[in-house]
Amino acid sequence: MNIVITGAAETDELGKLPHLSTTQLHLEAARNALADAGMTKDDIDGVATVGMPGPIQVAHALGITPSWLDGTGVGGSSFLFHVRHAAAAIRAGLCSTVLITHGESGRSRVGAGWPALGPDSLLGQFELPYGVLGPPTMFTLTALRYMKETGLTHEQLAEVAVAQRRWAHLNPRAMYQDLITVEDVFASRMIAYPFHLLECCLVTDGGGALIITSEERARRSPVYLLGSGESAESPIISQMTDFTTSRAFRQSGEAAFAEAEISHEDVDHLMIYDAFAHVPIYGLEDLGFVKRGDAGPFIAEGHTSPGGRLPMNTNGGGLSYTHTGMYGMFAIQESVRQLRGEAAAQVPGAEVSVVLGNGGMFASAATLVLAGRLP
Amino acid sequence: MTASRKPVPKATPDTQPFWDGTATGELRVQRCRACSRHYFYPRPGCPRCGSGDVEWVTTSGRATLYSYVISYQPAPGFQDDGPYAIAVVELEEGVRMMTNIVGVEITPENLPLDMELRVVFERRGDMRVPLFEPAGAVR
Repeated sequence: MNIVITGAAETDELGKLPHLSTTQLHLEAARNALADAGMTKDDIDGVATVGMPGPIQVAHALGITPSWLDGTGVGGSSFLFHVRHAAAAIRAGLCSTVLITHGESGRSRVGAGWPALGPDSLLGQFELPYGVLGPPTMFTLTALRYMKETGLTHEQLAEVAVAQRRWAHLNPRAMYQDLITVEDVFASRMIAYPFHLLECCLVTDGGGALIITSEERARRSPVYLLGSGESAESPIISQMTDFTTSRAFRQSGEAAFAEAEISHEDVDHLMIYDAFAHVPIYGLEDLGFVKRGDAGPFIAEGHTSPGGRLPMNTNGGGLSYTHTGMYGMFAIQESVRQLRGEAAAQVPGAEVSVVLGNGGMFASAATLVLAGRLP
Repeated sequence: MTASRKPVPKATPDTQPFWDGTATGELRVQRCRACSRHYFYPRPGCPRCGSGDVEWVTTSGRATLYSYVISYQPAPGFQDDGPYAIAVVELEEGVRMMTNIVGVEITPENLPLDMELRVVFERRGDMRVPLFEPAGAVR
């Protein structure tokens, strides 16, 4: 049974949306995705989402009576897990059509209650005492070790932000669109050495939703799920096995490529979750697109930029497009747009797209291989 | 001396031996008797071989600097520190843990990776947390 993405849409607006609650962002995205799919809420019998307000409220608010729920919450990669799990559920006959929603008032914090981690949690005992303050001081911790072992330079790290801004420059929905240089990156405020502000993701409000079903039920030109993979590594960054490579990136990528029966040469378009500038570097290497230590030069030489041979993060990414907190939904959305030929910065002839989602801080990962038509 | 407003960890039954150790100036981790390897954070069984035959041992307190960031965004309690180093160190016994580097001006030049460090303890409320300073630092 071929599984497809038949509906995909974001909220009308992204960015600073203090007039919308977290729940409103979920529901607006859901309604937009249903319209995109040419479906109504009565076509949906499965619901998946992460964070507040959860799949029960999303289903209830939309008037859906679900026969299948997935509340897998493993960070910003969760939506890729939901796609993979939905495919399995549909193939198993547990449900027929799944709605996956994301809404997050990451910037305005409207109706966005977030569970605090207590001083007796793993993080509370072994990381919070050292003055970590969210992802900018934790996700970034691996970079100096990677730089020492591979020779990645500060300039090459900055080039990741420069390359992604070139894509954002072509995208009217991107939060930041003005072209930047390495000097601009270096001149931006130091957040957590070696990371400057422009090497850190945005913090925005927004949402997105997807509708997954079997090919037979799709009512518009579908995007095919050719393969997927998922894995996890450490719940706290300090216990990541090797600070220069993500085991979860590698494992999820290998599984997705194997199921899809594709090779790297088949990939026309790539989305790698970019919460910080070093993450696409790890992703390119851990997915096997380049050899260890080569990703920094590869990006700096323009190969992932517009006109390059491996267009990556073509919406501008979390660094320039949007980043609500759980960015994975937006990475999938851009792949779908590219495969439909509807992207703002369209890659000519994009037929196979790979999406790598990170969850937490190298904590979980999932990879999807998507295609505009069956091989 | 004003009390530190930095976060105070709270022990759980599985981590109590670790915090009992720091309270007496010892840095303890677990060691698997079956495969002879040390591990951290505290768990009921060896994450490598799966054995439940594990013990608490006191480490040498010697470590090297594995990686770090210098935070310019002070967390609650860290406002008076200036830029501070959030680091991951590798103990002589082979396990890694997060910590802060102290006893040296926090600059990239002063903090080359793999530099040798030794543990010191800082009081937080009723607890003491392990921090690390350059092995050659004069106390």
